[in-house]
Amino acid sequence: MKFFGFAAGVAASLTLLSTTSAFAVTQISWWHAMTGANAEVVDKISKDFNASQSDYELVPVFKGTYPETLNAGIAAFRAGQAPDILQVFDVGTGVMMAAEGAIKPVAEVMTGVAMSFDKSQYLPGIVGYYSKPDGTMLSFPYNSSSPILYYNKDIFQKAGLDVNNPPKTWNEVWEAAKKIKTSGAAPCGYTSTWLTWIHLENFAAWNDVSWATQQNGLAGGDVELKINAPIFVNHFQALADLAKDGTFKYGGRTSEAKQIFLAGECGIFTESSGGLGDIVKSGMNYGIGQLPYDSDAKGAPQNTTPGGASLWVFGDKSDEQYKGVAAFFAYLSKTDVQEYLHQKSGYLPVTLAAYEATKKSGFYDKNPGRETPVLQMTGKAPTDNSKGVRLPNLPQVRDIQNEEFEKMLAGQQTAQQALDNAVTRGNAAIKEALEN
Amino acid sequence: MAPQLAITLVFFYWPAGQALYQSMLRQDPFGLRSRFVWFANFRKVLADPAYLNSIQVTVVFSLATAIVAMCVALLLAVMAEKAVRGKGLYRTLLIWPYAVAPAIAGMLWLFLFNPSIGSLAYLLRSLGIAWDPLLNGTHAMILLVSAAAWKQISYNFLFFVAGLQAVPKTLIEAAAMDGAGETKRFWTIVFPLLAPTTFFLLVVNTVYALFDTFGIVHAVTGGGPGKTTETLVYKVYNDGFVNLILGDSAAQSVILMAIVIALTAIQFRYVERKVHYG
Repeated sequence: MKFFGFAAGVAASLTLLSTTSAFAVTQISWWHAMTGANAEVVDKISKDFNASQSDYELVPVFKGTYPETLNAGIAAFRAGQAPDILQVFDVGTGVMMAAEGAIKPVAEVMTGVAMSFDKSQYLPGIVGYYSKPDGTMLSFPYNSSSPILYYNKDIFQKAGLDVNNPPKTWNEVWEAAKKIKTSGAAPCGYTSTWLTWIHLENFAAWNDVSWATQQNGLAGGDVELKINAPIFVNHFQALADLAKDGTFKYGGRTSEAKQIFLAGECGIFTESSGGLGDIVKSGMNYGIGQLPYDSDAKGAPQNTTPGGASLWVFGDKSDEQYKGVAAFFAYLSKTDVQEYLHQKSGYLPVTLAAYEATKKSGFYDKNPGRETPVLQMTGKAPTDNSKGVRLPNLPQVRDIQNEEFEKMLAGQQTAQQALDNAVTRGNAAIKEALEN
Repeated sequence: MAPQLAITLVFFYWPAGQALYQSMLRQDPFGLRSRFVWFANFRKVLADPAYLNSIQVTVVFSLATAIVAMCVALLLAVMAEKAVRGKGLYRTLLIWPYAVAPAIAGMLWLFLFNPSIGSLAYLLRSLGIAWDPLLNGTHAMILLVSAAAWKQISYNFLFFVAGLQAVPKTLIEAAAMDGAGETKRFWTIVFPLLAPTTFFLLVVNTVYALFDTFGIVHAVTGGGPGKTTETLVYKVYNDGFVNLILGDSAAQSVILMAIVIALTAIQFRYVERKVHYG
């Protein structure tokens, strides 16, 4: 008898447990690639969101670098274990968009649970990039950055350049760089991170010239690269010429050149606005200017295109989970959350209200230059050339471009040859990717 | 079923079979659409000039790494044999680098030869050499071989020391009495008797350079500049995990598997017979 009583007790408590678990919080998993100060931002936002309500628990998981995180997400999806939210870098956007069966558009997630969703609250330049041609927003822009110009004020002083007036056009950059080199103020005049992102993709948008057909791939279909047009060739020939005597110094394919600038080797530097943290930390006497434009371009400066990453929601999840994701995105869009994210990380605010609030708070007066990336991205309504670039295989096409640039900078080919090769090889790779 | 058989099945035949199957598919990264294409991926890979370039890079890299690692190790081993005092300490210290992970070894050399901050790069520049592994393919290859060979020297050293100890002292002494100098004695007596060790190390080093140096390539050059240091293994990774072309990547790994099988067969059937094991 005792045994039966015990068994009944266990059964009763099990029933109780299972009923209470139905009321338990729904876990929302978020795989991300943020490190250092940016990882702290992720943790704080998650904690605050969890404290703000009791229905959902957001669980952020660090998955490595951007490409590693994307691969982890893809592998998990293939194994039927996809997270709810995946952070995907700008370059992976095309890959995610091509996988329509795997993802659920953010616009659907937000409206599907009877939540009002007003796209016009968000910065158009950023939202446009993460939307389908018909305007459906596919992913949530979490961290967006824009390339800007940094310069070392001490080196400018030594070279006799105007410390408060950074070069505005590329020709001015070349002249200033030559002056830095010849005056001996620094061993090199100019260096840059991400040649593909800054000198091709943003160069095209900022100067309002076409990077590729089909609105740079945003309108879909088979895309052909246009990066061997004369304006690109002249630009890269200038870089190649400056590289010969070390006036321009190549640092690497991604953000390696930051080291060179931080070491005081070069006076002028172009890099993502998201890279500001390290420059502030180094204690350098730096200045910020907007991204230079080509003085031959008629529409310049137009607007820059977003880099950084956005949050994608996987398909085939329960309604309860989508509600949780929608609640989190709504929380993330709040003005004070966006203000915190923008001021702490150097990434752009994604809502207009957060930008206005930051402006009102006097943050930009205290931190001159921090507004530059926002103004660059939002100064003008984007044209067909400046909404961003999108390919199903952008990482591969960027690799091809980098390989050709490296051969050009090593003096093995001219800018014309490098860009012609990049177009031929790039187009072939795009065609093949579309066949898959 | 014997447990070792089960382990072989699960950890070797199953993944190998998966790779073989994947190599005949064209698939998008998410696996939403796939087509069976028989050997089209192999035809594509073998006709790709980038792949042929990668084979060439791999041959140069593997041979250079094996030769440098073995020559330096042999020299050090011969020197160690001659040392009168502190032999043990000398040997112990030389074995240490083997414990360093490939990626860490790569980072170490990368720092030493970093054009902006590296101390050895500074030294090279002051000697008038325009050191630039970021843009100069030859420099990048030298850097890679140095890092890869450095890590393997201690291993080779260990085997050479053991091999040298097995050389009968009587033979050397007899030769010395016949008036053979030190160099003559080394090349005519010691070196031939070391052949089994040398051959074993040649195989081990080649296999190491072929398949075990991914971490170093990834940390040091990432396959650049251009494609001058993209080895076969690195290309498998790059095409599969960066460019997300799974079919090509799987086809390449199947080719690598065939190379390994062929190397092993050659080793057992031909070469092993011809080496005289003392």
